[in-house]
Amino acid sequence: MSDRNSDPEAYLRQPAGVAERFERIRQRPVILSVRNLSKDFGSDGHRRPVFEGLTLDIHRREFICAIGPSGCGKSTLARIVAGLDEASGGEVLLDGALVNGPGPDRGMVFQGYTLFPWLTVKANVMFGLEMGGQAPAIAEQEARQWLDMVGLGKFENAYPHELSGGMKQRVAIARALANGPRILIMDEPFGALDAQTRAQMQGYLLQIWRKVDVTILFITHDLDEAAYLSDRILVMGANPGRVVEVIENPVPRPRSAEQFQSPEFLALKRRLEEHIHPPMEIEEVDLLPMVKLTHADDEVE
Amino acid sequence: MATAHRDWLGLKAELPRKRRMQLTLLSFLLPLGLWCVVSYVPWIWHPLVRITSPGEVDYFTEDLDVPRSAFASECAKARAAGQTLPEGVRVNPVYLPPPHAVARAFVTAFQTPPRLPNEPWLHQSLGHSIRTIVWGFVASSLLGLPLGILCGTYRFAARLQEPFIEFFRYLPAPAFGALCVAVLGIDDAPKVAIIFVGTFFQQVLVISNTVRKVDPALIEASQTLGARGWKLVRRVIIPASVSEIYTDMRILLGWAWTYLIVAEVVGTMSGITYFINQQARYRNFDNVYAAIAMIGIIGFSSDLFLAWLGGVLFPWKRKSRGTSGIARHSLSTSASPSLEATIQTP
Repeated sequence: MSDRNSDPEAYLRQPAGVAERFERIRQRPVILSVRNLSKDFGSDGHRRPVFEGLTLDIHRREFICAIGPSGCGKSTLARIVAGLDEASGGEVLLDGALVNGPGPDRGMVFQGYTLFPWLTVKANVMFGLEMGGQAPAIAEQEARQWLDMVGLGKFENAYPHELSGGMKQRVAIARALANGPRILIMDEPFGALDAQTRAQMQGYLLQIWRKVDVTILFITHDLDEAAYLSDRILVMGANPGRVVEVIENPVPRPRSAEQFQSPEFLALKRRLEEHIHPPMEIEEVDLLPMVKLTHADDEVE
Repeated sequence: MATAHRDWLGLKAELPRKRRMQLTLLSFLLPLGLWCVVSYVPWIWHPLVRITSPGEVDYFTEDLDVPRSAFASECAKARAAGQTLPEGVRVNPVYLPPPHAVARAFVTAFQTPPRLPNEPWLHQSLGHSIRTIVWGFVASSLLGLPLGILCGTYRFAARLQEPFIEFFRYLPAPAFGALCVAVLGIDDAPKVAIIFVGTFFQQVLVISNTVRKVDPALIEASQTLGARGWKLVRRVIIPASVSEIYTDMRILLGWAWTYLIVAEVVGTMSGITYFINQQARYRNFDNVYAAIAMIGIIGFSSDLFLAWLGGVLFPWKRKSRGTSGIARHSLSTSASPSLEATIQTP
């Protein structure tokens, strides 16, 4: 245990099955290709780069987590892939075709649920199908199937405000998947949920992902979440945003909560922590100019 | 005394339903009570004296109202001269009839035929007014609603339209009275036009502002689901803002009522304004108050009706208080039949 702790490369050692699996993934066709992508905000005078030189290939049915400190542009990356923001340079290719604006081939799940409050749960899931010109009867049938799949068949006639946060997000996932997107982009989808619901949702998401032919780009700032869900982890750094490392997750699938204590998981997490929370020099914590306002012998520490 | 700090002023939470009803009732009873006090307690206000017996004062006649000071000085003079003293009771001016007189007028105003054969009955006047309002408001909405939604959706339309509308809304609608009469004649058309001018420009701005407040995340979500162009407007932007637009329309309808009185004096005076003016001329102030109160009652009750209708039309706006029954139910049944949860809380 002690020499594994000291070995900084431990996360690179993949169990046999895992290495084979990555070999197979690399054989699959590339769904999403990000080429030298850069984004900056502001007018010509004061350009502030968000990130630059971002390159990444995502293979079919791969689960990619993007992680990084706030300000590294991971959400901006998701929005550019979804077509909601425009890149300043570089390009995004979906199945080899240039991405230009939002479209139903790239589903998105937002942190803020974004269910349509005026539509029932079923009508929310039908929305994309109807936009695609599906006949209402068929759309309704498909919506029911998707709701059954996320375990909310009983709530098809409820309005979103009647649901809990976790249920809303399950509807949002069903709504995005009903459209049959090539890639599902999830921007901190469980960030607003409490720890218990979040863990539950992660379990649900893995089950859905196993059953559906969909590639997932998952944005998060939660290291455990990234380690638990991902095939590969895109670690981004800030100021300016850039790719620090793309890590192949050594934790074997299928995943379960017991693995949180496995050596692979701990090694991976240690590596992520080095990136996200680099060891801080003690001098960096400035002493506050506080005068002591309690009795002289009254110490809390 | 754990419950000593009951929040009975409603600082932190909405008051209980029963208390709300009581307060609603009280909000009407308080001014009514004040009116009763001023009307029925003889030593409060009552600045005039109505002569019941003129005595030997030259210019006093029965039923003449004189200021109390004048009555007192005439009494003093008569007493000094040894004449019969005049007698009278303290009354309020004729323009402040007591509540019971106005209440009676509510009934009699509808039953009393007009003095002149070509004058309208009260209900005809009211009908005329409501017709004018409805036409003005409908005409304004037919143009203002689509234009407002257009400006709220597309910044291009807003930049093209709103500066001029912003300028125009400062022009007071009554200022167009003479112009409207010159163009549209003296009958109802100029009145409808005044209400239109008074409502339309506000309407476009208010509605475009409401539409602009649609959560951009909803628009983005719909775009990632394939919505675009007219479908995006029809299926997302309009439904997302329709309940707020409905509330705007209720408020705008209230504004239309305030323009009514101005509109009805344009050209030939008509409707409830004509009735009020005639009654004031005959000094039937109880009828005047009854007619004014009638406008309030019609406006207030139609707004209450529209508010209730809004709840029926937009069921998703009836927010659940706290955790709803369904959501709580879900906590126990969230392990779905098709998904066997494989993860426990770490």
